[in-house]
Amino acid sequence: MQEHTHDHDHDHGHDHDHDHGADETAPHAPPQPDEKIHSYYQVLGLALKELLVEKGVITPDEIRKAIEFRDSITPATGAKIVARAWTDPAYKARLLADGSEAIREFGLDMGGTHLVVVENTPQTHNVIVCTLCSCYPRNVLGLPPSWYKQREYRARVVREPRAVLAEFGTQLPGNVEVRVHDSTADMRYLVLPMQPKGTEGKSAEQLEALISRDSMIGVALPSAG
Amino acid sequence: MSEFAPGTRIRVREDFPVGHIRTPVYIRGHQGVVTRKLGTFPNPETLAIGRDGLPKKGLYEVRFRQADLWPDYQGSANDTLDMDIYEHWLIKV
Repeated sequence: MQEHTHDHDHDHGHDHDHDHGADETAPHAPPQPDEKIHSYYQVLGLALKELLVEKGVITPDEIRKAIEFRDSITPATGAKIVARAWTDPAYKARLLADGSEAIREFGLDMGGTHLVVVENTPQTHNVIVCTLCSCYPRNVLGLPPSWYKQREYRARVVREPRAVLAEFGTQLPGNVEVRVHDSTADMRYLVLPMQPKGTEGKSAEQLEALISRDSMIGVALPSAG
Repeated sequence: MSEFAPGTRIRVREDFPVGHIRTPVYIRGHQGVVTRKLGTFPNPETLAIGRDGLPKKGLYEVRFRQADLWPDYQGSANDTLDMDIYEHWLIKV
């Protein structure tokens, strides 16, 4: 924590022992009314949840913990895996051979699905989609972006992947094979992007910042720094 | 149970049964090449109707040429699409 070199009252948002005075009663934005109307399936889901709680099958705290755990997985998790693969050739080999097993080294588990890591090379660029629903490597990237679940991306990326990639700002030369993976079954795919030129000396921690969610879905390339 | 070695040329069954089918309609009837076997898994078509999904089905990664899938494909002739398909949807060519 930074050293306090000042002595006036203000709100730090963290623990300290001086008096807040009037700051505690500072005006807040008025609460917005909750006008959300639940869809048929949301009502069904809520009813099921309430029944499971009422019958003692699960507790509200277990549900809360499951949501909290789900939200703790973000694209930064995937970036750590990619940065490790870039800096540790033996780890990269393990990751490509068996993704589900290799991510255990980060304390991650694929649950009922299997992780397949596909490597981008100067010859091949991989991009991931699920045309049937929205299968996504949630256990390494967290929740999918909304566009990934929408029909437009799902329908178009399998039949005009280069046009879709261009809309994401990614232009690939014609001699590079664009390989779309339609995850239809029990496999979940993660793209291992190519390490940008000029970043060879960087540490895994420095590299993590270059690796975006979209580069691990395959619609973008990692930043060169 | 049929086995498909890597390199085997297959055609996807062109069939339209009702139910929870994990073989997208756009790929049915097309030819591709098996790249690897991914394992054996409970059959999602029977799992989806509350059964046990047994016997397990072999799951294969199959590679298709984009130019074979879409007559008006605008990308490179090298471009491909990989899909995971259960054995009972594959016919050896």
